[in-house]
Amino acid sequence: MRTIYLDNNATTKTDEQVVEAMMPYLLERYGNPSSIYKIGRESKRAVEEAREKVAQVLNCEASEIYFTSGGSESDNTAIRGIAYSYIKKGKHIITSKIEHPAVLETCKQLEKEGFEVTYIGVKENGIVDLEELKKAIKPTTTLITIMFANNEIGTLQPVEEIGRIAKENNVIFHTDSVQAVGSVEIDVKKLNIDSLSLSAHKFYGPKGVGALYVKKGLQFNKFINGGHQERNKRAGTENVAGIVGLAKAMELAYSNLEEHNKKIKELRDYYVNQIKEKIPYIKINGDMEKRLPGNSNISFRFIEGESLLLNLDLKGICASSGSACTSGSLDPSHVLLAIGLPHEIAHGSLRISIGKYNTKEEIDYVVENLVEIVGRLREMSPLWEKFVEEGNQ
Amino acid sequence: MDYSDKVIEHYTNPRNVGKIEDASGIGEVGNPVCGDIMKMFIKVENNIIVDVKFKTFGCGAAIATSSISTEMIKGKTIEEALKLKNTDVVNSLGGLPPVKLHCSVLAEEAIHEAIADYYRKEGKMTEEEIKAKCNLKEHHCEGCNI
Repeated sequence: MRTIYLDNNATTKTDEQVVEAMMPYLLERYGNPSSIYKIGRESKRAVEEAREKVAQVLNCEASEIYFTSGGSESDNTAIRGIAYSYIKKGKHIITSKIEHPAVLETCKQLEKEGFEVTYIGVKENGIVDLEELKKAIKPTTTLITIMFANNEIGTLQPVEEIGRIAKENNVIFHTDSVQAVGSVEIDVKKLNIDSLSLSAHKFYGPKGVGALYVKKGLQFNKFINGGHQERNKRAGTENVAGIVGLAKAMELAYSNLEEHNKKIKELRDYYVNQIKEKIPYIKINGDMEKRLPGNSNISFRFIEGESLLLNLDLKGICASSGSACTSGSLDPSHVLLAIGLPHEIAHGSLRISIGKYNTKEEIDYVVENLVEIVGRLREMSPLWEKFVEEGNQ
Repeated sequence: MDYSDKVIEHYTNPRNVGKIEDASGIGEVGNPVCGDIMKMFIKVENNIIVDVKFKTFGCGAAIATSSISTEMIKGKTIEEALKLKNTDVVNSLGGLPPVKLHCSVLAEEAIHEAIADYYRKEGKMTEEEIKAKCNLKEHHCEGCNI
Protein backbone atom coordinates (compact mmCIF):
# COMPACT_ATOMS: atom_id res chain seq x y z
CA MET A 1 0.00 0.00 0.00
CA ARG A 2 1.21 3.49 -0.78
CA THR A 3 1.90 6.02 1.95
CA ILE A 4 0.26 9.43 1.80
CA TYR A 5 2.19 11.63 4.15
CA LEU A 6 0.16 14.56 5.45
CA ASP A 7 1.87 15.18 8.76
CA ASN A 8 4.45 17.72 7.64
CA ASN A 9 4.12 19.74 10.86
CA ALA A 10 5.36 16.64 12.70
CA THR A 11 8.34 16.15 10.43
CA THR A 12 9.18 16.22 6.72
CA LYS A 13 10.83 13.93 4.24
CA THR A 14 14.49 14.87 3.86
CA ASP A 15 15.11 16.56 0.50
CA GLU A 16 17.43 14.52 -1.73
CA GLN A 17 19.58 17.59 -2.37
CA VAL A 18 20.02 17.90 1.40
CA VAL A 19 21.09 14.28 1.70
CA GLU A 20 23.57 14.78 -1.17
CA ALA A 21 25.07 17.80 0.57
CA MET A 22 25.45 15.81 3.79
CA MET A 23 26.98 12.63 2.40
CA PRO A 24 30.58 13.85 1.95
CA TYR A 25 30.66 14.78 5.65
CA LEU A 26 29.75 11.24 6.60
CA LEU A 27 31.91 9.32 4.13
CA GLU A 28 34.96 11.44 3.31
CA ARG A 29 35.30 14.61 5.38
CA TYR A 30 34.49 12.93 8.66
CA GLY A 31 37.12 14.76 10.66
CA ASN A 32 36.38 16.34 14.02
CA PRO A 33 36.06 20.11 13.52
CA SER A 34 38.28 20.64 16.57
CA SER A 35 41.14 18.66 14.97
CA ILE A 36 44.07 20.39 13.37
CA TYR A 37 44.60 18.27 10.22
CA LYS A 38 43.00 18.74 6.82
CA ILE A 39 39.79 16.71 7.16
CA GLY A 40 39.22 18.32 10.55
CA ARG A 41 39.69 21.79 9.08
CA GLU A 42 37.31 20.88 6.25
CA SER A 43 34.65 19.94 8.78
CA LYS A 44 35.23 23.15 10.69
CA ARG A 45 34.91 25.18 7.49
CA ALA A 46 31.66 23.38 6.59
CA VAL A 47 30.19 24.24 9.98
CA GLU A 48 31.19 27.89 9.67
CA GLU A 49 29.81 28.15 6.13
CA ALA A 50 26.55 26.66 7.37
CA ARG A 51 26.47 29.23 10.15
CA GLU A 52 26.89 32.01 7.59
CA LYS A 53 24.00 30.68 5.51
CA VAL A 54 21.66 30.46 8.49
CA ALA A 55 22.65 33.97 9.62
CA GLN A 56 22.00 35.33 6.15
CA VAL A 57 18.45 33.97 6.09
CA LEU A 58 17.67 35.37 9.53
CA ASN A 59 19.50 38.66 8.86
CA CYS A 60 21.88 38.34 11.79
CA GLU A 61 25.59 37.78 12.37
CA ALA A 62 27.06 34.27 12.08
CA SER A 63 28.44 34.74 15.59
CA GLU A 64 24.86 34.95 16.85
CA ILE A 65 24.01 31.40 15.68
CA TYR A 66 24.59 28.32 17.87
CA PHE A 67 23.96 24.84 16.50
CA THR A 68 22.06 22.43 18.75
CA SER A 69 20.40 19.02 18.59
CA GLY A 70 17.05 20.54 17.61
CA GLY A 71 14.12 22.71 18.64
CA SER A 72 13.70 21.34 22.15
CA GLU A 73 17.35 21.88 23.04
CA SER A 74 17.29 25.38 21.57
CA ASP A 75 14.19 26.26 23.61
CA ASN A 76 15.60 24.77 26.79
CA THR A 77 18.92 26.53 26.31
CA ALA A 78 17.40 29.93 25.57
CA ILE A 79 14.75 29.93 28.27
CA ARG A 80 16.81 28.47 31.10
CA GLY A 81 19.97 30.20 29.97
CA ILE A 82 18.41 33.65 29.81
CA ALA A 83 16.24 33.21 32.92
CA TYR A 84 19.24 32.36 35.07
CA SER A 85 21.51 35.00 33.52
CA TYR A 86 19.17 37.87 34.40
CA ILE A 87 18.19 36.64 37.83
CA LYS A 88 19.44 39.88 39.42
CA LYS A 89 16.82 41.86 37.51
CA GLY A 90 14.01 39.46 38.37
CA LYS A 91 12.54 36.01 38.15
CA HIS A 92 9.41 36.59 36.11
CA ILE A 93 8.82 34.99 32.71
CA ILE A 94 5.86 35.43 30.37
CA THR A 95 4.77 32.75 27.93
CA SER A 96 1.51 31.67 26.28
CA LYS A 97 -0.88 28.81 26.94
CA ILE A 98 -0.40 27.36 23.47
CA GLU A 99 3.37 26.82 23.47
CA HIS A 100 5.03 23.57 22.50
CA PRO A 101 5.85 21.30 25.46
CA ALA A 102 9.56 22.15 24.97
CA VAL A 103 8.67 25.65 26.21
CA LEU A 104 5.81 24.87 28.59
CA GLU A 105 7.62 22.11 30.45
CA THR A 106 10.77 24.23 30.72
CA CYS A 107 8.68 27.03 32.23
CA LYS A 108 6.99 24.61 34.64
CA GLN A 109 10.39 23.33 35.72
CA LEU A 110 11.57 26.92 36.30
CA GLU A 111 8.49 27.50 38.48
CA LYS A 112 9.63 24.58 40.62
CA GLU A 113 13.02 26.25 40.84
CA GLY A 114 11.52 29.46 42.20
CA PHE A 115 10.72 31.45 39.07
CA GLU A 116 7.34 33.04 38.48
CA VAL A 117 5.67 32.33 35.13
CA THR A 118 2.60 34.02 33.61
CA TYR A 119 0.82 31.98 30.93
CA ILE A 120 -1.16 34.37 28.76
CA GLY A 121 -4.24 33.21 26.91
CA VAL A 122 -5.22 33.30 23.27
CA LYS A 123 -8.34 34.50 21.55
CA GLU A 124 -10.77 32.07 19.94
CA ASN A 125 -8.81 32.30 16.69
CA GLY A 126 -5.64 31.02 18.36
CA ILE A 127 -3.76 34.34 18.40
CA VAL A 128 -2.25 35.63 21.66
CA ASP A 129 -3.95 38.51 23.38
CA LEU A 130 -1.53 41.46 23.24
CA GLU A 131 -3.45 43.43 25.87
CA GLU A 132 -3.06 40.54 28.28
CA LEU A 133 0.63 40.42 27.41
CA LYS A 134 1.12 44.14 28.14
CA LYS A 135 -0.68 43.82 31.46
CA ALA A 136 1.43 40.83 32.46
CA ILE A 137 4.74 42.73 32.27
CA LYS A 138 6.22 43.64 35.65
CA PRO A 139 9.49 45.27 36.74
CA THR A 140 10.81 41.79 37.49
CA THR A 141 9.99 40.40 34.02
CA THR A 142 13.15 39.32 32.23
CA LEU A 143 11.86 37.16 29.40
CA ILE A 144 8.88 36.82 27.08
CA THR A 145 8.83 33.51 25.21
CA ILE A 146 6.05 33.19 22.65
CA MET A 147 6.03 30.93 19.62
CA PHE A 148 6.11 32.22 16.05
CA ALA A 149 3.65 29.67 14.65
CA ASN A 150 1.61 27.12 16.53
CA ASN A 151 2.36 23.48 15.81
CA GLU A 152 -1.22 22.24 16.10
CA ILE A 153 -3.41 24.94 14.58
CA GLY A 154 -0.74 26.75 12.57
CA THR A 155 -1.65 30.22 13.80
CA LEU A 156 0.97 32.91 13.26
CA GLN A 157 1.52 35.07 16.30
CA PRO A 158 2.03 38.85 16.06
CA VAL A 159 5.75 38.44 16.58
CA GLU A 160 6.74 41.92 15.45
CA GLU A 161 4.34 43.56 17.92
CA ILE A 162 5.38 41.21 20.71
CA GLY A 163 8.99 42.11 19.95
CA ARG A 164 8.16 45.81 20.07
CA ILE A 165 6.32 45.46 23.38
CA ALA A 166 9.28 43.53 24.81
CA LYS A 167 11.74 46.14 23.58
CA GLU A 168 9.73 49.05 24.98
CA ASN A 169 9.68 47.34 28.35
CA ASN A 170 13.32 46.30 28.28
CA VAL A 171 12.42 42.61 28.32
CA ILE A 172 14.17 39.91 26.25
CA PHE A 173 12.02 38.23 23.60
CA HIS A 174 12.59 34.60 22.65
CA THR A 175 10.45 32.92 20.00
CA ASP A 176 10.15 29.21 19.35
CA SER A 177 10.10 29.37 15.54
CA VAL A 178 10.35 25.66 14.88
CA GLN A 179 7.17 25.63 12.78
CA ALA A 180 7.74 28.99 11.10
CA VAL A 181 11.25 28.61 9.72
CA GLY A 182 10.96 27.33 6.17
CA SER A 183 7.48 28.83 5.72
CA VAL A 184 7.80 32.46 6.78
CA GLU A 185 10.29 35.25 5.98
CA ILE A 186 12.14 35.93 9.22
CA ASP A 187 14.23 39.04 9.72
CA VAL A 188 15.19 39.07 13.39
CA LYS A 189 16.09 42.77 13.30
CA LYS A 190 12.87 43.90 11.67
CA LEU A 191 10.78 41.65 13.95
CA ASN A 192 12.60 42.71 17.15
CA ILE A 193 13.54 39.11 17.98
CA ASP A 194 16.27 38.64 20.59
CA SER A 195 16.38 34.87 20.54
CA LEU A 196 14.94 32.23 18.21
CA SER A 197 14.80 28.43 18.00
CA LEU A 198 14.65 26.40 14.80
CA SER A 199 14.80 22.75 13.82
CA ALA A 200 15.99 21.33 10.49
CA HIS A 201 13.59 18.42 10.10
CA LYS A 202 10.56 20.72 9.85
CA PHE A 203 11.77 22.06 6.51
CA TYR A 204 13.07 18.96 4.68
CA GLY A 205 16.32 18.79 6.63
CA PRO A 206 17.60 15.96 8.83
CA LYS A 207 16.36 15.16 12.34
CA GLY A 208 18.51 15.79 15.38
CA VAL A 209 19.89 19.17 14.41
CA GLY A 210 18.69 22.68 15.08
CA ALA A 211 19.93 26.14 15.80
CA LEU A 212 19.54 28.89 18.33
CA TYR A 213 19.92 32.56 17.53
CA VAL A 214 20.80 34.82 20.44
CA LYS A 215 21.39 38.52 19.83
CA LYS A 216 24.89 39.77 20.45
CA GLY A 217 25.40 41.21 23.90
CA LEU A 218 22.71 39.10 25.59
CA GLN A 219 23.82 36.75 28.31
CA PHE A 220 22.78 33.12 28.52
CA ASN A 221 24.20 30.31 30.58
CA LYS A 222 25.46 27.28 28.72
CA PHE A 223 23.23 24.25 28.78
CA ILE A 224 25.62 21.41 28.00
CA ASN A 225 28.99 21.39 29.75
CA GLY A 226 32.12 19.95 28.24
CA GLY A 227 34.37 21.13 25.42
CA HIS A 228 34.62 24.61 23.98
CA GLN A 229 32.49 24.07 20.87
CA GLU A 230 30.01 26.72 19.72
CA ARG A 231 32.02 29.52 21.28
CA ASN A 232 31.90 27.75 24.61
CA LYS A 233 28.11 27.81 24.72
CA ARG A 234 27.28 24.26 23.65
CA ALA A 235 29.70 21.45 24.32
CA GLY A 236 29.87 18.33 22.17
CA THR A 237 31.42 17.45 18.83
CA GLU A 238 29.41 19.20 16.14
CA ASN A 239 26.90 17.16 14.12
CA VAL A 240 28.75 18.26 10.98
CA ALA A 241 26.68 16.41 8.38
CA GLY A 242 23.48 17.48 10.17
CA ILE A 243 24.57 21.10 10.31
CA VAL A 244 25.47 21.05 6.60
CA GLY A 245 22.06 19.50 5.92
CA LEU A 246 20.30 22.14 8.01
CA ALA A 247 21.95 24.97 6.10
CA LYS A 248 21.24 23.34 2.74
CA ALA A 249 17.58 22.81 3.68
CA MET A 250 17.31 26.42 4.77
CA GLU A 251 18.93 27.66 1.59
CA LEU A 252 16.52 25.58 -0.52
CA ALA A 253 13.49 26.72 1.47
CA TYR A 254 14.28 30.40 1.20
CA SER A 255 15.35 30.36 -2.45
CA ASN A 256 11.84 29.27 -3.37
CA LEU A 257 9.66 30.41 -0.49
CA GLU A 258 6.90 32.21 -2.32
CA GLU A 259 6.27 29.48 -4.87
CA HIS A 260 6.43 26.77 -2.20
CA ASN A 261 3.95 28.58 0.03
CA LYS A 262 1.59 29.33 -2.84
CA LYS A 263 1.48 25.67 -3.87
CA ILE A 264 0.87 24.21 -0.42
CA LYS A 265 -1.60 26.93 0.53
CA GLU A 266 -3.63 26.16 -2.58
CA LEU A 267 -3.67 22.47 -1.69
CA ARG A 268 -4.57 23.24 1.93
CA ASP A 269 -7.43 25.53 0.93
CA TYR A 270 -8.65 22.95 -1.57
CA TYR A 271 -8.67 20.31 1.19
CA VAL A 272 -10.50 22.54 3.67
CA ASN A 273 -13.10 23.58 1.10
CA GLN A 274 -13.69 19.98 0.04
CA ILE A 275 -14.26 18.97 3.67
CA LYS A 276 -16.59 21.92 4.26
CA GLU A 277 -18.58 20.92 1.21
CA LYS A 278 -18.73 17.17 1.83
CA ILE A 279 -18.85 16.66 5.60
CA PRO A 280 -21.38 18.39 7.86
CA TYR A 281 -20.88 19.28 11.54
CA ILE A 282 -17.23 20.19 11.48
CA LYS A 283 -15.31 22.99 13.16
CA ILE A 284 -12.25 24.63 11.68
CA ASN A 285 -9.80 25.38 14.44
CA GLY A 286 -7.56 28.46 14.32
CA ASP A 287 -7.50 31.60 12.22
CA MET A 288 -7.57 30.77 8.49
CA GLU A 289 -5.67 33.90 7.41
CA LYS A 290 -2.88 34.29 9.96
CA ARG A 291 -1.78 30.73 9.52
CA LEU A 292 1.01 28.50 8.20
CA PRO A 293 0.26 27.76 4.55
CA GLY A 294 0.18 23.96 4.84
CA ASN A 295 -1.63 23.55 8.15
CA SER A 296 -5.26 22.57 8.69
CA ASN A 297 -6.96 21.53 11.90
CA ILE A 298 -10.57 20.42 11.75
CA SER A 299 -12.78 18.87 14.41
CA PHE A 300 -15.28 16.29 13.24
CA ARG A 301 -18.08 16.34 15.78
CA PHE A 302 -19.40 13.13 17.40
CA ILE A 303 -16.27 11.10 16.70
CA GLU A 304 -12.94 10.64 18.42
CA GLY A 305 -9.62 11.48 16.83
CA GLU A 306 -7.60 8.38 17.52
CA SER A 307 -10.08 6.04 15.86
CA LEU A 308 -10.11 8.46 12.94
CA LEU A 309 -6.31 8.32 12.67
CA LEU A 310 -6.29 4.52 12.91
CA ASN A 311 -8.79 4.25 10.09
CA LEU A 312 -6.79 6.70 7.97
CA ASP A 313 -3.66 4.67 8.71
CA LEU A 314 -5.39 1.57 7.31
CA LYS A 315 -5.64 3.53 4.05
CA GLY A 316 -2.00 4.56 4.18
CA ILE A 317 -2.75 8.13 5.25
CA CYS A 318 -0.52 9.74 7.92
CA ALA A 319 -2.01 12.60 9.96
CA SER A 320 -2.36 13.59 13.62
CA SER A 321 -4.95 14.54 16.21
CA GLY A 322 -5.32 16.54 19.41
CA SER A 323 -7.37 13.78 21.00
CA ALA A 324 -6.47 12.67 24.53
CA CYS A 325 -6.05 9.13 23.27
CA THR A 326 -3.15 10.17 21.10
CA SER A 327 -1.47 12.20 23.81
CA GLY A 328 -1.34 9.44 26.40
CA SER A 329 -3.18 11.59 28.95
CA LEU A 330 -6.86 12.05 29.71
CA ASP A 331 -7.03 15.59 28.43
CA PRO A 332 -7.15 16.57 24.80
CA SER A 333 -4.70 19.08 23.35
CA HIS A 334 -3.92 22.10 25.58
CA VAL A 335 -3.98 24.26 22.44
CA LEU A 336 -7.52 23.26 21.48
CA LEU A 337 -8.70 23.79 25.07
CA ALA A 338 -6.98 27.22 25.11
CA ILE A 339 -8.99 28.36 22.08
CA GLY A 340 -12.13 27.40 23.97
CA LEU A 341 -13.13 24.11 22.38
CA PRO A 342 -15.24 21.83 24.58
CA HIS A 343 -13.47 18.55 25.37
CA GLU A 344 -15.67 16.41 23.14
CA ILE A 345 -14.98 18.61 20.10
CA ALA A 346 -11.26 18.77 20.86
CA HIS A 347 -11.21 14.96 20.99
CA GLY A 348 -12.40 14.82 17.39
CA SER A 349 -9.72 17.01 15.84
CA LEU A 350 -7.63 16.10 12.84
CA ARG A 351 -4.47 17.93 11.79
CA ILE A 352 -3.61 17.53 8.13
CA SER A 353 -0.38 19.36 7.33
CA ILE A 354 0.61 19.61 3.72
CA GLY A 355 4.15 19.73 2.38
CA LYS A 356 5.93 20.27 -0.88
CA TYR A 357 5.71 16.64 -1.97
CA ASN A 358 1.91 16.40 -1.74
CA THR A 359 -0.37 16.43 -4.77
CA LYS A 360 -4.00 17.29 -5.48
CA GLU A 361 -4.65 13.66 -6.33
CA GLU A 362 -3.53 12.72 -2.80
CA ILE A 363 -5.90 15.28 -1.30
CA ASP A 364 -8.76 13.84 -3.34
CA TYR A 365 -7.92 10.37 -2.02
CA VAL A 366 -7.88 11.67 1.56
CA VAL A 367 -11.17 13.53 1.22
CA GLU A 368 -12.86 10.50 -0.33
CA ASN A 369 -11.67 8.30 2.52
CA LEU A 370 -12.51 10.85 5.20
CA VAL A 371 -16.10 11.10 3.98
CA GLU A 372 -16.44 7.33 4.29
CA ILE A 373 -14.60 6.99 7.63
CA VAL A 374 -16.33 9.93 9.35
CA GLY A 375 -19.69 8.59 8.16
CA ARG A 376 -18.95 5.10 9.46
CA LEU A 377 -17.62 6.30 12.83
CA ARG A 378 -20.63 8.56 13.28
CA GLU A 379 -22.96 5.63 12.59
CA MET A 380 -21.10 3.87 15.39
CA SER A 381 -21.24 6.86 17.77
CA PRO A 382 -23.85 7.15 20.54
CA LEU A 383 -23.31 10.94 20.45
CA TRP A 384 -24.37 11.02 16.79
CA GLU A 385 -27.35 8.77 17.56
CA LYS A 386 -28.47 11.18 20.30
CA PHE A 387 -27.99 14.16 17.98
CA VAL A 388 -30.10 12.48 15.29
CA GLU A 389 -32.80 11.40 17.76
CA GLU A 390 -33.10 14.97 18.96
CA GLY A 391 -34.24 15.78 15.45
CA ASN A 392 -31.14 17.47 14.20
CA GLN A 393 -30.60 15.30 11.18
CA MET B 1 0.00 3.25 19.76
CA ASP B 2 1.23 -0.28 20.07
CA TYR B 3 -1.92 -2.32 19.47
CA SER B 4 -2.05 -6.10 19.11
CA ASP B 5 -3.15 -7.65 15.81
CA LYS B 6 -6.41 -8.70 17.46
CA VAL B 7 -7.17 -5.10 18.54
CA ILE B 8 -6.42 -3.87 15.04
CA GLU B 9 -8.61 -6.58 13.57
CA HIS B 10 -11.52 -5.60 15.83
CA TYR B 11 -11.38 -1.86 15.25
CA THR B 12 -11.02 -2.50 11.54
CA ASN B 13 -14.02 -4.86 11.44
CA PRO B 14 -16.01 -4.29 14.60
CA ARG B 15 -18.67 -6.95 15.29
CA ASN B 16 -22.24 -6.25 16.37
CA VAL B 17 -22.26 -2.52 15.70
CA GLY B 18 -25.68 -0.91 15.89
CA LYS B 19 -28.71 -0.83 18.12
CA ILE B 20 -31.52 -3.21 19.07
CA GLU B 21 -34.85 -1.44 18.70
CA ASP B 22 -36.68 -3.62 21.23
CA ALA B 23 -33.73 -4.15 23.53
CA SER B 24 -34.32 -5.89 26.85
CA GLY B 25 -31.67 -3.70 28.44
CA ILE B 26 -29.46 -0.74 27.51
CA GLY B 27 -26.31 0.30 29.36
CA GLU B 28 -24.40 3.51 28.69
CA VAL B 29 -21.13 4.40 30.41
CA GLY B 30 -18.35 6.96 30.03
CA ASN B 31 -18.70 10.58 29.00
CA PRO B 32 -17.73 12.80 26.10
CA VAL B 33 -15.35 14.89 28.21
CA CYS B 34 -13.05 11.91 28.65
CA GLY B 35 -13.50 10.89 25.05
CA ASP B 36 -15.14 7.50 25.62
CA ILE B 37 -18.81 6.55 25.60
CA MET B 38 -20.04 2.99 25.26
CA LYS B 39 -23.65 2.06 24.78
CA MET B 40 -24.57 -1.61 24.95
CA PHE B 41 -27.94 -3.07 23.87
CA ILE B 42 -28.92 -6.61 24.92
CA LYS B 43 -31.83 -8.84 23.97
CA VAL B 44 -32.63 -11.45 26.63
CA GLU B 45 -34.76 -14.56 26.15
CA ASN B 46 -35.10 -17.24 28.85
CA ASN B 47 -32.22 -15.73 30.77
CA ILE B 48 -29.95 -15.99 27.73
CA ILE B 49 -28.46 -13.02 25.89
CA VAL B 50 -29.64 -13.90 22.40
CA ASP B 51 -28.49 -10.68 20.77
CA VAL B 52 -26.15 -7.83 21.62
CA LYS B 53 -25.20 -4.64 19.79
CA PHE B 54 -23.11 -1.63 20.66
CA LYS B 55 -22.38 1.97 19.78
CA THR B 56 -19.13 3.55 20.88
CA PHE B 57 -17.60 7.02 20.72
CA GLY B 58 -13.94 6.57 21.46
CA CYS B 59 -10.50 5.47 20.43
CA GLY B 60 -9.46 2.28 18.66
CA ALA B 61 -9.16 0.40 21.95
CA ALA B 62 -12.65 1.49 23.02
CA ILE B 63 -14.10 0.20 19.75
CA ALA B 64 -12.13 -3.06 19.93
CA THR B 65 -13.08 -3.78 23.56
CA SER B 66 -16.75 -3.06 22.80
CA SER B 67 -16.64 -5.33 19.79
CA ILE B 68 -14.96 -8.31 21.42
CA SER B 69 -17.02 -8.11 24.60
CA THR B 70 -20.25 -8.34 22.58
CA GLU B 71 -18.90 -11.53 21.04
CA MET B 72 -17.95 -12.86 24.48
CA ILE B 73 -21.42 -12.48 25.99
CA LYS B 74 -23.59 -13.39 23.03
CA GLY B 75 -25.39 -16.72 23.68
CA LYS B 76 -24.37 -16.68 27.34
CA THR B 77 -26.65 -16.68 30.37
CA ILE B 78 -26.92 -13.43 32.33
CA GLU B 79 -24.94 -14.93 35.18
CA GLU B 80 -22.15 -15.93 32.80
CA ALA B 81 -22.14 -12.45 31.28
CA LEU B 82 -21.88 -10.85 34.71
CA LYS B 83 -18.80 -12.95 35.41
CA LEU B 84 -16.97 -11.41 32.44
CA LYS B 85 -14.09 -9.36 33.82
CA ASN B 86 -12.20 -6.57 32.10
CA THR B 87 -9.08 -8.72 32.34
CA ASP B 88 -10.84 -11.43 30.29
CA VAL B 89 -11.53 -8.80 27.62
CA VAL B 90 -7.90 -7.67 27.67
CA ASN B 91 -6.63 -11.23 27.43
CA SER B 92 -8.88 -12.07 24.49
CA LEU B 93 -7.52 -9.04 22.68
CA GLY B 94 -3.95 -10.19 23.23
CA GLY B 95 -3.31 -7.32 25.63
CA LEU B 96 -3.87 -3.55 25.62
CA PRO B 97 -1.39 -0.71 26.12
CA PRO B 98 -1.48 0.35 29.83
CA VAL B 99 -3.08 3.75 29.07
CA LYS B 100 -5.93 1.92 27.34
CA LEU B 101 -6.84 -0.49 30.13
CA HIS B 102 -9.70 1.78 31.24
CA CYS B 103 -11.44 0.96 27.95
CA SER B 104 -11.78 -2.66 29.04
CA VAL B 105 -13.22 -1.48 32.37
CA LEU B 106 -15.78 0.56 30.45
CA ALA B 107 -16.76 -2.52 28.41
CA GLU B 108 -17.31 -4.57 31.57
CA GLU B 109 -19.33 -1.76 33.14
CA ALA B 110 -21.44 -1.24 30.01
CA ILE B 111 -22.47 -4.91 30.12
CA HIS B 112 -23.31 -4.67 33.83
CA GLU B 113 -25.37 -1.53 33.25
CA ALA B 114 -27.27 -3.15 30.37
CA ILE B 115 -28.10 -6.17 32.54
CA ALA B 116 -29.13 -3.88 35.42
CA ASP B 117 -31.44 -2.05 33.01
CA TYR B 118 -32.94 -5.39 31.99
CA TYR B 119 -33.61 -6.28 35.64
CA ARG B 120 -35.16 -2.86 36.26
CA LYS B 121 -37.51 -3.32 33.32
CA GLU B 122 -38.36 -6.81 34.55
CA GLY B 123 -39.31 -5.28 37.91
CA LYS B 124 -38.63 -8.33 40.04
CA MET B 125 -35.72 -6.96 42.08
CA THR B 126 -35.20 -3.90 44.24
CA GLU B 127 -32.62 -1.30 43.15
CA GLU B 128 -30.40 -2.44 46.02
CA GLU B 129 -30.55 -6.06 44.84
CA ILE B 130 -29.80 -5.01 41.27
CA LYS B 131 -26.83 -2.90 42.35
CA ALA B 132 -25.41 -5.77 44.36
CA LYS B 133 -25.97 -8.38 41.68
CA CYS B 134 -24.60 -6.25 38.84
CA ASN B 135 -21.80 -4.75 40.91
CA LEU B 136 -22.68 -1.21 39.72
CA LYS B 137 -20.22 1.56 40.40
CA GLU B 138 -20.93 5.21 41.07
CA HIS B 139 -18.17 6.50 38.84
CA HIS B 140 -17.58 5.01 35.45
CA CYS B 141 -14.59 7.06 34.57
CA GLU B 142 -11.73 6.27 36.85
CA GLY B 143 -9.66 9.00 35.25
CA CYS B 144 -11.72 12.07 36.01
CA ASN B 145 -14.47 10.70 38.28
CA ILE B 146 -17.22 12.53 36.49
